[in-house]
Amino acid sequence: MILNPAIIALAVSAFIITLMLAYASFFGLRIIRHWDITSGSELQLRLERSTYLISVILSNVLVFQLASLFLFIFTADRMHTLFVGAMCAAGTLKVNAFGYPVLAFKAANFLLAFVWLVINSADLRASDYPYTKIKYSLLLVLAPLVALESAMLGLYVSGLSPDVITSCCGTLFSEGKQGVGSGLASFDPHASLAVFIGLVCMACALGAYAYLKGRGHVAYSVVSLAVLVSGIVAMISCISPYVYELPTHHCPFCVLQAEYGYTGYVFYLTLLIGTGSGLGAGALGMLRPAESLSTVLPAVLRGLVAWSAVMFAANAGITLYLVGSSNLVM
Amino acid sequence: MFTGHRERNILEFTLSSLLRRRGKHLALVVIYTALVFLLASVMFFAGSIREEASIVLRSSPEIILQKMIAGRQDLVPMRYAEVAEKIRGVQRVSPRLWGYYYSPATKSNYTLMVPDNFSYGDGHIVIGNGIARVMSAAKGDRISLLSPEGDPLTFIIAEVMDSRSELISSDLMLVSEGDFRELFDMPEGYVTDLALSVKNEKELSTIARKLSELLPGTRPVLRDEILRTYDAVFNWRAGLMITLLGASVFAFAIFAWDRASGLSAEERREIGILKAVGWETSDIILMKFWEGAVISLSSFLMGMVFAYLHVYFTSGALFWPVLKGWSVLYPEFRLLPHVDLYSIFTLFFLTVVPYTLITIIPSWRTATMDPDEVMRA
Repeated sequence: MILNPAIIALAVSAFIITLMLAYASFFGLRIIRHWDITSGSELQLRLERSTYLISVILSNVLVFQLASLFLFIFTADRMHTLFVGAMCAAGTLKVNAFGYPVLAFKAANFLLAFVWLVINSADLRASDYPYTKIKYSLLLVLAPLVALESAMLGLYVSGLSPDVITSCCGTLFSEGKQGVGSGLASFDPHASLAVFIGLVCMACALGAYAYLKGRGHVAYSVVSLAVLVSGIVAMISCISPYVYELPTHHCPFCVLQAEYGYTGYVFYLTLLIGTGSGLGAGALGMLRPAESLSTVLPAVLRGLVAWSAVMFAANAGITLYLVGSSNLVM
Repeated sequence: MFTGHRERNILEFTLSSLLRRRGKHLALVVIYTALVFLLASVMFFAGSIREEASIVLRSSPEIILQKMIAGRQDLVPMRYAEVAEKIRGVQRVSPRLWGYYYSPATKSNYTLMVPDNFSYGDGHIVIGNGIARVMSAAKGDRISLLSPEGDPLTFIIAEVMDSRSELISSDLMLVSEGDFRELFDMPEGYVTDLALSVKNEKELSTIARKLSELLPGTRPVLRDEILRTYDAVFNWRAGLMITLLGASVFAFAIFAWDRASGLSAEERREIGILKAVGWETSDIILMKFWEGAVISLSSFLMGMVFAYLHVYFTSGALFWPVLKGWSVLYPEFRLLPHVDLYSIFTLFFLTVVPYTLITIIPSWRTATMDPDEVMRA
């Protein structure tokens, strides 16, 4: 265990967020069981009031989840000096088996919270709250996942002891070794970049179609998930060597550092928000269309798809700029 | 999603209602600011001192070779330097002479060193600012040090080192090699330790391994190890302080909760009237959100500014003894400001995030009160 201010901050906020979500789930469970919009009973009134609480909790959780994702990477990066062989966040996360899972859970929970808020905001705009039960079922999925994330954070932190030999990002993401990281790094850089840009173009085209025709949102969300995955693959196999101007350096975290102008934050933020909006559009498209929403829903969907496509396009623009302005020739 | 117009109106209303009830919020803001101030001071202080240590160590040798006898450090014979020099990858081996001298008069320890080229010659000494202050000595004065036999050796102060690097040089004395050996009665052909410079960092561990094979009974200390230890120590100290302050964060959370849930009759009436004139529950929640944001933001900024002043202008008077060390000769140096995004982010997570989350439930309770129930009460 390392006693470090940032680790304490992460642990405390994870603890409070988990408690808040547990509290919200308790209300969620009651809503799922007793929700009846046609009833005017006292119970229904109380339930309707508690929906406000849950949306406020969730929007806070969403923001702090995103912030804590970056604080986590930031902290991991700062702590690399404590571990022999670790040269940046990649090495610190590998000190024990829980580092990368925590990161993956943080990102996944952010996306889930995003989708939840999208459904919530659509639901609140209809007079009969058509998605209430679905919303709270999804909450019951999200809450255990966040609890699991917090537990893993606890395990990761308590398993950290300085001076454990870990691999630095130079070996973890270098070609010709086993493991997920090096598997990603050994992809052909130009092919992975082409796939990524191709998927962004596809997302924009599908987005335009969905925007104009009001159909194909589910397909769009699938593509946006693919953009996220291919974006991360492209970052590891292609973009990062160009950014560092070093063909053997594949670290996806060093790009977050000040030396590279914090471009990593812009890259990952646009990617995550684009994917979140895309998934939100897909989720709304998948739900049974509610009559009370027939006037509002198309506008909401259009907004989500447009927002997502703009984020992806901006992301691709940044990527092409990073690759184009690099002095590296591969 | 929402209209900017509505947001702006609610923010405006919140600000005016905060100003109207200045007194009530003042206590909260003062305590909030004090908490941010304490935590921020710890973090700024630890961050700066860590940074300073790593700057100092950056120019230190890559490997230090010590000789060990029965687990204790001993003098290194000069022939070891010849052995070490032959290892491939070692650029230069410099024998070092240094040690500590305890002065009974000032009750403090000095660090004595022989620099590579001491230009003043035997009988002269260069002293650090801290020593000059304690001894009230200046350039040209004479000071005497006692050898192990009790004979005094007199030196002329050739120079007082300037105060910029005081963290390192405050307790430092530089003398010539001959004077050093005479003062400590150290035999010729032996040195305190060897400093090895290595160009390629990747060879460090190989060279360290070769050293312990060729010269068993020695201990190679890598610079990275020292850096790592410093990092761990300062992290640990800051973490310990924050954990101790955790009790106050907790107390603050309870205070904030209490403040947010205990509404005065006047406030209840206000919310009742707002609801009666058509405000929705979500509007009141939004108002409460802005209220919290304004309080958090102002307390956070004020606390940080006060902490900055505290750490960099009064040299962290409150935490001096805990975070720094326990040497007697360190009292005066101004830390180099070192505030980064990371510390601010961490502070935000230690204060604003708990406050915001803690006040969600009380403000929701307030927002969902029935207007008629409130008005009647």
